[in-house]
Amino acid sequence: MNPRRIGADFRITALSYFRNPVALFFSLIFPIILIGLFGLIFSATGTTAVNLAVLNEDHNSPESVAFLHALNETKLVKVQVESVAPSDFSSWLGQNDYPVGLVIPAGFQSNYTSHTSTNVTLFTDPQDASASGEVEFAVTGVANQFNLDAACGSTTCAPIIGIAGASVGSAVYTYIDYLIPGLIGFSILTSPMFSMVDITSSYRKEGIFRELSLTPLTRAEWLTSRILWYTLLTFVTAGIMIGAGAYLFGAHVLITAQLVPFLIAGPFLFVALGMLAGSVARTPESAALIGNIITFPMMFLSGTFFPVSSFPSGLQEFARILPLYYVIDGMNQVMLFSNTARAFTDVVVVLAIALVFFVLSIRLFKWRDE
Amino acid sequence: MAAAVEVHDLQKRYGTLAAVDGIDFTVSPGTVFAFLGPNGAGKTTTTEILEGLRNRTAGTVSVLGLDPWSQGVALHRRIGVIPQDFRFFEKITPKEAIEYYRTLFHTVRDPHALLERVELADKANARFESLSGGQKQKLGLALSLVNDPEICFLDEPTTGLDPHARRSIWAVIRALRKEGRTVFLTTHYLEEAELLADRVAIIHHGRIIASGTPNEIIEKYGGPERLRVEAPPSLASYLTTKLGIPASAEDGRVEIELHSKEDALKVLSTIDASGIPWHGFETRHDTLEDVFVRLVGQMDEGALRSEGSA
Repeated sequence: MNPRRIGADFRITALSYFRNPVALFFSLIFPIILIGLFGLIFSATGTTAVNLAVLNEDHNSPESVAFLHALNETKLVKVQVESVAPSDFSSWLGQNDYPVGLVIPAGFQSNYTSHTSTNVTLFTDPQDASASGEVEFAVTGVANQFNLDAACGSTTCAPIIGIAGASVGSAVYTYIDYLIPGLIGFSILTSPMFSMVDITSSYRKEGIFRELSLTPLTRAEWLTSRILWYTLLTFVTAGIMIGAGAYLFGAHVLITAQLVPFLIAGPFLFVALGMLAGSVARTPESAALIGNIITFPMMFLSGTFFPVSSFPSGLQEFARILPLYYVIDGMNQVMLFSNTARAFTDVVVVLAIALVFFVLSIRLFKWRDE
Repeated sequence: MAAAVEVHDLQKRYGTLAAVDGIDFTVSPGTVFAFLGPNGAGKTTTTEILEGLRNRTAGTVSVLGLDPWSQGVALHRRIGVIPQDFRFFEKITPKEAIEYYRTLFHTVRDPHALLERVELADKANARFESLSGGQKQKLGLALSLVNDPEICFLDEPTTGLDPHARRSIWAVIRALRKEGRTVFLTTHYLEEAELLADRVAIIHHGRIIASGTPNEIIEKYGGPERLRVEAPPSLASYLTTKLGIPASAEDGRVEIELHSKEDALKVLSTIDASGIPWHGFETRHDTLEDVFVRLVGQMDEGALRSEGSA
């Protein structure tokens, strides 16, 4: 590896890029369009029962258990009682992919039987509107039923069980906040993948790799220069997306140094994967096909536009074999939930996959023939 | 002085097809060597093996004392290569391309001087995509010189170029030779080989069918000198009958072989005495192209081998 040669190749790549209006559009304007489009759409539908994490602080009192049983009976939710410190519950929900959570307060039963007003707290995820809406509907309905059942002896009896709202995560998030890590992931995937597949196959067809093989530039140096270039582009794109999200929709995500490993490891992974896809194909046409087969499932199923937690369970399992899932999950952890431990695991997974692809692509990719 | 290129019993097979079928040749340093052959004869395969871009099936190859395949990295620092139909990054200018190569090779060549040398200085800042075919080829030539190569490989450098562009590439090749570099040239154009090459080898169906200086090849395989006059076909039969030398008629011209100086005088006086109207005479030798066409044609008819064994 010779930094001087990597630098020379980086310069040529940058010059080529800045002189290509289509490439510039895709890296500078397209992110803004994506953020705008998906920020405006914000819609989702669902019909299956939503997993509802419950923190029962009334220590499984009969009334609280009955309340949860009634919730289960609505078939809209599936109650899962958890034991977590109440102060951590909100961020715990985010880290464990629960879109909704419910806290039954201590003294729920005694308040209920003594007709003293008490509030259950419903944590909802604005990103997952359909799940939140369904759960809210179910909890409200069950609470009303309990209020009616309470023998308060008067038709004007005030409702006993009220519902307080809270949000999953440590702050109040809007859909756009969740969308930003997803769309940064989207561009970390698509920008290097599409162009690397194209470059690798067309440079071979045109004999440009042949030219380069006659110079002291090595394949590893060439690939490193691409990785550096797409890392730079990713930083620019991420900046544009965060800026556009904040300016257009008032998004607020954590901009932290912990984001940096993902903005480096992500492009590293997909530059190598793009080169691998391009080098196993014999023609530019089949390269494009292979590239699409790899790219499209990841584009939609890695939590780019919709959270993986909203998928059916089979699809959730599938998402976990997609490399992009770990990039987006990790960025969600650092930008939204400040969950460094899980983000660290994610970045290690991404780096490991990237290294495998890097080594494989250098091995498989030949710039001269046998 | 050691040979610049030394090839012994070189073979390259793709399955059962022998693209190169046991060839031998040597290129002396500081000379221009032209490698000729029809399309698909094995020219490009051989050239790519010498350049270290393709592995061989069998045989020994030495370029500047190095094995091109196993010592490719070392070899590439000392040779320059211009492929057929040179392609480069579309958005990059010739000046930037040379700066790029200069950094890769870690040399200090002045881009302007190199571009002037290949007559491309006026396009120094034009993007590659906007260059004409000849200008692209000239950039390929300039890039192949960035590392001050000892051997330049030029694979059909003038194919598809207009006569003017072709001549300016010839001028560069002559200059390379003058500087003491070895030039390995493949070409379709026999005229090009005859003008530029010190030595020539003709490859056909993976075998070398003739080699030597252009004159040696013409002398060995070419026909005798011929006299040609513009006259009706009746003159041909008249001459054959009168002199007993075969004469042929085609396109309003009559051609007769000359085996000695005396023949020429005899033929001319016989023509004059025939009373058949004629004008404009010339004598001509076979060119390398005539020999090439004949050799390749004979071999394709399977005639060469039977003649050789007879």
